Amino acid sequence: MEIPYTVAARPDTGLNNVKLGIWLFLASEVMLFGGLFSTYVILRIGGVDWPLGAEYLNIPIGAFNTAVLIGSSVTMVMCFASLKLGDFAKYRMYMGATILLALTFLAVKGFEYYEKVSHDHLPSHSTFLAIYWTMTALHGLHIVGGVIVNGYFWGPGSRMWHVKREMFENRVEAAGLYWHFVDLVWIFLFPVLYLL
Amino acid sequence: MENVTTAEHVAHAEHAHDEHELSFLRAYVFSVDHKVIGIQYAITAMLFLLFGFSLMMLMRWQLAYPGAPIPIIGNFLGQANAPGGIMLPEFYNQLGAMHGTIMVFMGVVPLAVGGFGNYVLPLQIGAPDMAFPRLNMASYWAFFGGGVVMFASFFVPGGAANSGWTSYAPLSIIALEGQTWWLIGMIFLITSSLLGSINFIVTALQLRAPGLSFMRLPFFVWAQLVTAFLLLLAFPPLEAAGVLQLMDRVADTSFFMPSGLVTTEGPLEISGGGNPLLWQHLFWFLAHPEVYVLILPAMGIVAEILANNTRKPLWGYRVLVASVIFLGFMSFIVWAHHMFLTGMGTAMSAFFQTTTMIISVPSVVILSAFFITLYGGSIRYNVPMLFALAFLPMFGIGGLTGLPLGLSAPDIHLHDTYYVIGHFHYVVAPGTIFALFAGLYYWYPKATGRVMNETLGKIHFWGSFIAINCVFAPMFITGLVGVNRRLYDGGMQYAHAQEVMEWNAFMSYGAWALGLFQIFFIVNFFWSIRNGKKVGDNPWGATTIEWQAPSPPPHGNFTTPPEAHRGPYEYSVPGASNDFSMQGQATGAEPEPAKV
Repeated sequence: MEIPYTVAARPDTGLNNVKLGIWLFLASEVMLFGGLFSTYVILRIGGVDWPLGAEYLNIPIGAFNTAVLIGSSVTMVMCFASLKLGDFAKYRMYMGATILLALTFLAVKGFEYYEKVSHDHLPSHSTFLAIYWTMTALHGLHIVGGVIVNGYFWGPGSRMWHVKREMFENRVEAAGLYWHFVDLVWIFLFPVLYLL
Repeated sequence: MENVTTAEHVAHAEHAHDEHELSFLRAYVFSVDHKVIGIQYAITAMLFLLFGFSLMMLMRWQLAYPGAPIPIIGNFLGQANAPGGIMLPEFYNQLGAMHGTIMVFMGVVPLAVGGFGNYVLPLQIGAPDMAFPRLNMASYWAFFGGGVVMFASFFVPGGAANSGWTSYAPLSIIALEGQTWWLIGMIFLITSSLLGSINFIVTALQLRAPGLSFMRLPFFVWAQLVTAFLLLLAFPPLEAAGVLQLMDRVADTSFFMPSGLVTTEGPLEISGGGNPLLWQHLFWFLAHPEVYVLILPAMGIVAEILANNTRKPLWGYRVLVASVIFLGFMSFIVWAHHMFLTGMGTAMSAFFQTTTMIISVPSVVILSAFFITLYGGSIRYNVPMLFALAFLPMFGIGGLTGLPLGLSAPDIHLHDTYYVIGHFHYVVAPGTIFALFAGLYYWYPKATGRVMNETLGKIHFWGSFIAINCVFAPMFITGLVGVNRRLYDGGMQYAHAQEVMEWNAFMSYGAWALGLFQIFFIVNFFWSIRNGKKVGDNPWGATTIEWQAPSPPPHGNFTTPPEAHRGPYEYSVPGASNDFSMQGQATGAEPEPAKV
């Protein structure tokens, strides 16, 4: 039994199953974070006093993390491009860089969290901190998920390249789409929480 | 060159693996076959329906005879819930909240979408399986995990969630531990429906057989496709809301907690400044599309059965498809009609009552098209058809009684009364659940190769039909009088409720009778697996592609790859030798006549 269009695109939809599936997943993710951003707007409009992000958060550190994440998006594109050009060694290098940058992001985030805890700036402190913790932690979980998936495609999963090359390329492309989405969420989170 | 041979080698190895006998665990428990998963979903969901219904039967005892000890069963409910067999108000609240949660999220939706969608949809579009079989298995097990968490919550200190199935804040946030379990269970269920909905959409769009263009899809597939989009896009905001409520409960945040809240234990020590209404917005942003998740698959099932048993094409196929898509879009902008009484303002109310009136148009179009389909047909009154026919007036009553609720002025009187309970139960119970029964009787021969017993089925139908109306029709009366829902004693304490109190016992008799008549179904369901009358691949003389597969279909579904040559409902085509022209049959090659 063979499931059609797992690799090749279906002529009338122009997509293979994986690509359609990941786009649908991202659509649901938009609704998830959309719900949280709406929550932020409603709480802030209704809030009696709302601090500027800079009162609690360190803007240079946040900006550094933004650069790290954008950098990881670039290496993700490079790794997919190398794969399409058939350069497996470069693919592994760029995928490894993507993972390292993601881990850097998590380490910096962990340092920020540690600072918050040591100043007793916990979620229960104020609604601003509550939404800061909830949204960045949920985003952080998405980063962790991405690291696991990318790590699999860097390590054991990459064996597939030698056997089913096109399928592997599709998978890396899907992982890339997800990674760009996670990056994009942060690009909204950073100004909303740190700068406004 | 070397690459190619390795690829061929792997393909060959995988093929050989396919032929390999699967172990019991892989074949029936952790199966990736959509048919096995569909049956797992259906049976688990039916068990939850029975469980949720049992909770309601307990509540109906308390409503009929407030404060009287429950005979026999009362002794097993535990001292914390029912000392001396007398139900405590806290326990009543648990039953109410869990009845709603179980019926909606663990009963009807998993049966309609997980069960029927999984089993029937790939067969109807001529696909060998779902697009992502392993994701499909993960979806079932996430659902199962959610079910276990919900069920286990009855045994934690303080019992299960008791803030209603809507879990309105701040009540739900100061509630006992059961509410935390409820939230965790919901996150499992939402994950399950997310995985499922992606799978359904990809399958329906990508795996259609050659020739099966969009306008040749059976209406059932359209209904499932729109449903999957609703699940995909409406559930995530509830997931977000669930996470926020979990934070409020576990991390002491104040997303939904206003400042200065005082409980019996004194002022709450929280930062405050949150918005209780926000929970309602996020909740109903899911839960109104959820209403259409409950009803659309039922409409899909009814459409198939009506066309089949009137031996006529479905009337207005294109209009039906357009209506169901429009319904899907509109269902995202009507949610706040559940909130007219929250003081959100007249401008908001005016907007949402307008969209609510608009959304009733496609519903009426669909129902009218179904009624017109009946006109001039020579109808076969078999068991699936009886249930499908009963769906029409029952859904009609449920839908029309919803109109006064959708207008903000009459809603002031009717809000949170038994009228609301009557309204949505008419839509979901004798509406959707009857359609699901119709589908179970209709596709049973596809899954087992045997039909269910006709006599037992008719007893089940007529008994359920009469009993269920005895339960829900009086609710309109008590609701119009003004009896509130969620009252532990059914309204005994209120002067204005006195004149309708005797209906409470009447409704309870109806509920218990309804329970008794389900025994005929349960016996029939299990008895027929081995002893039902054996039938061929197409016992109903139906046209759609699933009836071309062997019954039960093997792994991979079809013996020859199906192809669609015509529309889905070509019954009684002039000049054809049979009264049904199968979608997969090329012109000239006529199918065997049906033997029923």
